[in-house]
Amino acid sequence: MTTLIALFWRDLRRAWGRGALWLPVLFFLLVATAFPFAVGPDAPLLRRAGGGMVWVAALLAALLPIDRLVRPDRDAGVIDQLAVRGIADEVVAAVKILAHAIAFGLPLMIALFPAAALLAQDAARVELLAVGIAIAVPALASLAVLSAALTAGLKSGSAIGGLLVLPLAVPLLIFGAGMLDPSGRGAIKLLAATSLLLTMIGPFAAGAAMRGLRE
Amino acid sequence: MSALLQLDGVACIRGDRLLFENLSLALAPGEALWLRGPNGAGKSSLIRLAAGLLRPAAGTVERRGRIALIDEAAALDAELPLRRALDFWARVDTVDGHAVDRAMAAMALEPLSEVPVAMLSTGQRKRAAMVRVIASGAPIWLLDEPANGMDDAAQARLVAAIAAHRVNGGAVLLASHFALGVPDLAELDMGAVA
Repeated sequence: MTTLIALFWRDLRRAWGRGALWLPVLFFLLVATAFPFAVGPDAPLLRRAGGGMVWVAALLAALLPIDRLVRPDRDAGVIDQLAVRGIADEVVAAVKILAHAIAFGLPLMIALFPAAALLAQDAARVELLAVGIAIAVPALASLAVLSAALTAGLKSGSAIGGLLVLPLAVPLLIFGAGMLDPSGRGAIKLLAATSLLLTMIGPFAAGAAMRGLRE
Repeated sequence: MSALLQLDGVACIRGDRLLFENLSLALAPGEALWLRGPNGAGKSSLIRLAAGLLRPAAGTVERRGRIALIDEAAALDAELPLRRALDFWARVDTVDGHAVDRAMAAMALEPLSEVPVAMLSTGQRKRAAMVRVIASGAPIWLLDEPANGMDDAAQARLVAAIAAHRVNGGAVLLASHFALGVPDLAELDMGAVA
């Protein structure tokens, strides 16, 4: 247990070190700032499209640091050293997912409020966005670590990594943005189910990918 | 006496090349074995097999006890001061700070405690990796070219550390392309096996 806590803090420290804490926040706010300029100052249109934009930005913010999640540890031999100590790759992946969920999820939740304001979302929609993204954060982190593990052996992995998990992230986008629709009352349950499934698959798939890096 | 590390009829294939086959060895407490041979003979692969990082194509690998490994990667966070980078592994290995203190003294690294790992030289990094191995308290040491980049004084400290580990009932599998001067050392010429 001490071992896993040490691993978790190390990942969190590396994720937030050197100002990287603000990276997803800045990215998220940048999208929210740029979007109204692109579609024009039509408030009803902005309100309708803005919710979906928040979801897209959240997905991309999760994928932003994937080249820092697994590859540096693999190159430095950290993943091998953990394996030598009998710690299963799946456990290492699970810790990485937890650390990433907190590292990008927490600042994202905070940035959600100014971003939603910039996109003309009213209080009810902000609430739905906050609940939806909070539900999706573990799944987004899981997908990010999975794609990081799958692409850690490749030279320009991060570009491929985004494409790789995009199909898996589509249900999250559909159900998450669907929650904002007045007719989408069941969407939150589907979102929760999808998130649970992706979060559960993540450690096993990412662990298998990390083991594959050794062969 | 039961062996800490035992390999039976092990074969190793990397890519489509057979590096070695039908290789057996056993290390009892206090024993050390030098894997010698030219580059590409399969020394590192054998170390990784023994560590469980590679699966043997044939044969079995048995370990009785924890393992400490040195390979070409130091596995120390480059941005951290040396001491904090080592403390991370001490926490992972659930050993206390005194073990790190003693190991740092053994490798004469105390003056560099506060220096970021990124600033260390190759030899200093190898010494730091050796501190991690010593502090871990693991009975089985797998050392892959531990002396690379080390000066004479550091090599002497490495040899002393290996001797102390053997006296305490540890076993050492040492891969090196040159002789380190470890006394009472069995040899396995990987060049001849391949």
